[in-house]
Amino acid sequence: MSVQAVTGSGLVQDSSVAVLELRDVSKVYGESTLAVQALRGVSLTLQQGEFVAVMGPSGSGKSTLLQIAGGMEQPSAGAVSVAGHDLVGQTPAERAAARLSTVGFVFQSLNLVSSLTAAENVALPLELNGMASRPARAAAASALAEVGLEGCGDKFPDELSGGQQQRIAIARGLIGERSLILADEPTGALDSVTGEAILRLLRAKVDAGCAAILVTHEARHAAWADRTVFLRDGLIVDDTGGPQDPRDLLGSLR
Amino acid sequence: MSIRMALLAILCDSPKHGYELRAEFEARTGSVWPLNVGQVYSTLQRLERDGLVTADEPTADGHVIHSVTQVGRLAVTEWFTEPIDRTSPPRDELAMKLSLAAVSDMVDVREVVQRQRAASMRALRDITRLKPSDDESFADAEAMGWSLALESLVFQAEAEIRWLDHVESRLVAQATRRRATRAEGSVSVSEDARRRSPRSPSGRVSR
Repeated sequence: MSVQAVTGSGLVQDSSVAVLELRDVSKVYGESTLAVQALRGVSLTLQQGEFVAVMGPSGSGKSTLLQIAGGMEQPSAGAVSVAGHDLVGQTPAERAAARLSTVGFVFQSLNLVSSLTAAENVALPLELNGMASRPARAAAASALAEVGLEGCGDKFPDELSGGQQQRIAIARGLIGERSLILADEPTGALDSVTGEAILRLLRAKVDAGCAAILVTHEARHAAWADRTVFLRDGLIVDDTGGPQDPRDLLGSLR
Repeated sequence: MSIRMALLAILCDSPKHGYELRAEFEARTGSVWPLNVGQVYSTLQRLERDGLVTADEPTADGHVIHSVTQVGRLAVTEWFTEPIDRTSPPRDELAMKLSLAAVSDMVDVREVVQRQRAASMRALRDITRLKPSDDESFADAEAMGWSLALESLVFQAEAEIRWLDHVESRLVAQATRRRATRAEGSVSVSEDARRRSPRSPSGRVSR
């Protein structure tokens, strides 16, 4: 059975097609003797409704993997497709267009526009995507409410705390009908309770039908994903696999 | 771990017989630490012996109701206010295993670390999936007990994984240092040898 959904951009999604497929992806930065091999043949597939965490020491290739999955970097070798669309070989403009309509980013660096209000920042991806200002602002208001920032829409980033700014960036990454959310340490500046609320939100988005990759050092956050893959020196060295039947979970507990 | 004080603390609310006490303990701690009724009875006997509870005559259906004494109440207050003793750590099989694996040539200690990390991560994920929503967590004493007990397991698993990460980076740093020392060592030895014996230009000294 295949369920079809049409996103705002008119891109048809088919649940039988992987939301993200990385096949034997390698990435080399620099040349000859100075070359650094960030990824050495990584394969990873995400289906709709799947949430994967990526863990590994600094320099293991986690962030590179995310940049390539989002089409912000081109792999040196291998294939990348998002919702069945091949990202390799596309022009930067084509990749940017695909990314705008299907991929939501929540990155370490906030990249908030300081001259725009919180609501304008959050609405930005929708407006860039051609949505009219009024519905975009309405969507931004509810996205801000989801991250616990009701009533902060008219504030400018520098009027808000670091944690609040981070939540604006999260709201911006999650807004709209994204089929893929890519998050890189999204909860860095947040206290543990707010951080958990954000992870619960991400989990709910995935359960509602998108897919997500979370890069994190925090096992407690990775635990919200269905499975965790471990990167070391640009290779996936281990994978927890998906969860078991919930009835088997901690059988001794309940 | 003292279920003795936990049971005594529950008796401070109202007198109970053994089965009730066990049910109440499991409800308030979310059944994370299952208890058999035999343990409850033997604990009650010791509490009675020590003068912390009194036992009534058995009821018609054979239940013995236990009540806390004044001394028992004081003991519970003290238990609540005093920190848990952490000066004699319990045995930790994983710490022992890693200490031994680190110096054993029977196994690659990094693999031991990684296998454990994946297993601990699976356990952490499975516990996390059992967590109720924030609203549900505070519904009643039972939900609160379950929620607090689960979070304690979450933080223990997280601590273990962070510790494994730390162990791994220590091992990597040590291996890198050892390689560097070896490389440096061979250079200085060979230079030294060259100075002392100009007739052998290669000057390599094997160590």
